[in-house]
Amino acid sequence: MALVETKNITKSFGSNFALKDINLSIESGQIVGLLGPNGSGKTTLIKLMMGLLQPDMGSIRIEGNEPGVETKKISAYLPDRIVLPSYMTTEQLIRMNADFFDDFNESKAVEMAKSLNLDFGQTMQKMSKGTKEKLQLILTMSREAKLYLLDEPIGGVDPATRDYILRTIITNYSEDAAVIISTHLIQDVESIIDDVIFINRGETVLHKSAEEIREENNKSVDELFREVFKC
Amino acid sequence: MEWNFEPGIPIYSQIIDELTMRIARGEYALGEKLPSVRELALEAGVNPNTVQKALSEMERSGLVYTERTSGRFVSREKKIMEKLRSNLAEKYIEEFLEKLTGIGMDKKEIKEAVMERLKEV
Repeated sequence: MALVETKNITKSFGSNFALKDINLSIESGQIVGLLGPNGSGKTTLIKLMMGLLQPDMGSIRIEGNEPGVETKKISAYLPDRIVLPSYMTTEQLIRMNADFFDDFNESKAVEMAKSLNLDFGQTMQKMSKGTKEKLQLILTMSREAKLYLLDEPIGGVDPATRDYILRTIITNYSEDAAVIISTHLIQDVESIIDDVIFINRGETVLHKSAEEIREENNKSVDELFREVFKC
Repeated sequence: MEWNFEPGIPIYSQIIDELTMRIARGEYALGEKLPSVRELALEAGVNPNTVQKALSEMERSGLVYTERTSGRFVSREKKIMEKLRSNLAEKYIEEFLEKLTGIGMDKKEIKEAVMERLKEV
């Protein structure tokens, strides 16, 4: 059984289709790049998998369950914006997450916070945008989840941190878990993704292994993306 | 990230090339244990599945072998190493000849130039 299955998902906001008839099957042990231009539906799809939005039609199953309490226990979500309370410090946030999630590895979080030079006593509101993003990512990646949903994890950080994040994803890789990374910075994730999903105007236009794309088209995923989504 | 990959070529085959070169250069000696999949994945900045695929392919060609509990090793067989070197030599000579004929040199000129250069080595 696939870890994530979506069947004919459709979602619209008012008269705008955000997603149209999405059928996906994602297995454990894979790092999947959810790639598409701005406004293509990447965030909507991830929010549906997290149960933060409900589809108008179709169904989503994660380990056989509809998104809800059971699936949230095994899904680690990195939102595309900062959602942590601004009055809390790094240390307090690590503690809160440790209390909240059974699969949270506190020592891992502390270790990552140290490697990225975070100040344990600093409150969120005093942090730079990049630092907040780092902390939020640390909290997500410190869980030993089965499904990681990372919405634009590398958008706003410097290149050294970006490398650290990508290394963290590789280190964290487990055969029992799947990682879904949404991004439009394809070059940066090119070498770490197994599977590629191209999404455009709410529809999947391609779902293939990255190596197959390179082999069959003699093009990198990045080059193919630029071709498919040429403006 | 450490390794530079050419766009449009499968990454696993580029990993095979890099590891094969390392073996040919003796960076990994005959019978030596290779780094683990995860270590190589981190070093190269690639997905562990891709490294796994490259290593399985190398195993099929006999260049490396797996010992069930202790990891992957470079082959101990001299023959395989000799074959590897002659294959690489062939490939380099091919590239070299292509470049020289590309700038309009004929066989005789190439031979003379090579002989001349070899005197200096």
